[in-house]
Amino acid sequence: MQGMTIIVKKITQIMAPVIFLFGLYVIVHGHLSPGGGFAGGVILAAAFILQILSFGSILPSLRREEVWLELLESTAVMGFLVISGLGLLLASFRIFFLNFINRGTVGQLLSGGIIPLENIVVGAEVCAAITTIFIALTVYQDEVTQ
Amino acid sequence: MEVYLIIVLVLMILGSLYSLNARDLLSAVVSYGIVGFGLVICFLLLQAPDLAIVQVLVEVITLIIMIAVIKNTTRKELFTGYDAKAFVSAIVAVIFTILFFYVFDKMTGVLTGFGQHLTRMSTAYLEGAGVTGSANLVTGVVFDFRAYDTLGEATVLFTAVVGVLTVLRLKGKKKGK
Amino acid sequence: MIVYILCFLLFLIGLYGVVVKRNLIKIIISLAIMEYSVNLFLIMVGYISAGQAPIINEEVSRTGPFVDPLPQAMILTAIVIGLATTSLLLAIAIRLYGKYGTFDIRKINHLKG
Repeated sequence: MQGMTIIVKKITQIMAPVIFLFGLYVIVHGHLSPGGGFAGGVILAAAFILQILSFGSILPSLRREEVWLELLESTAVMGFLVISGLGLLLASFRIFFLNFINRGTVGQLLSGGIIPLENIVVGAEVCAAITTIFIALTVYQDEVTQ
Repeated sequence: MEVYLIIVLVLMILGSLYSLNARDLLSAVVSYGIVGFGLVICFLLLQAPDLAIVQVLVEVITLIIMIAVIKNTTRKELFTGYDAKAFVSAIVAVIFTILFFYVFDKMTGVLTGFGQHLTRMSTAYLEGAGVTGSANLVTGVVFDFRAYDTLGEATVLFTAVVGVLTVLRLKGKKKGK
Repeated sequence: MIVYILCFLLFLIGLYGVVVKRNLIKIIISLAIMEYSVNLFLIMVGYISAGQAPIINEEVSRTGPFVDPLPQAMILTAIVIGLATTSLLLAIAIRLYGKYGTFDIRKINHLKG
């Protein structure tokens, strides 16, 4: 796939970090406002997809990105399991997903116990998954349809 | 309120009908976008802002992927007419539609009318902010009351990604790397 | 009630597309339409008239009714899974195109073995 013109590239350079920052904001504030891990993860993936679309796809570098994305996704799923397993461990093997951190007051940023941690982990997982799917579908199909 | 919902739903039905009957695959995909973005408006009208955010992004990414697929392959719709078995198919379709409407009528008989839902079981979830400490009640349900479902969802997403890579990759990775 | 019937009609249109159409891309679009209609139906069941979005805030009075958060939480995960499964179907369609050179399932049917 080829890249686009210099105008699109320049706008992408300006806009992609802003979109990325907004995705991080949605993930972190997931327990206070609409959004959360799923929505924020898809926004982060949209920032990456915008870059790939405007700058074109160079196959070797994208292969390297894909290895890192798979590593990120596996680590995120493992992190989700570790958080839930810690709850199991601290509840002396009776409650899975125990909320073992202090919950704080409702409405503060630092509240909710393990819910913000799970939001971050799920956001990373969704972002890695959707970006990997997009890279695979746009890059490898060039090889397949030759 | 219900009137707006009916208008958007009629628009979605028209979009889906055009999408299935279009001669060009690109216009089929674009009019499929009507259904997805109409769904976003429905979610906003039904007071579900979380779902509206996720749906609008997922719809955009789905359209990008579909257009990338048909740009590299073909845009022609191959089958436009009707073949010999069309008459039998039409009769079977009418019978099945009547049957489905009967089942649907039986099914929705136990439901209350639109907008008069009784939160029998969900009262515990609605009081849940004191239990989970999360102001967004949907996040409280997803990550605390029903976290097992979220774990399963993560597993399904991981499996789908592995499946896409397995189907599309032509050559396996080299051994030395 | 008419809202439920329209939603069901959307589901039937998706089913018609899956059964009648011979093009793989059209079949995938029909499956996605069916999935959307089911999502919309479940959210409609959980709606309460004049209800508020289930988010607690200082400005929002806590006396008013909230809509049911349980269907919203379930559909939230279902939407993201739907994207992943649709891409898996598209990947299989691309491989079939690379092998047979067409999206027509009648021609793909002819080659057995």
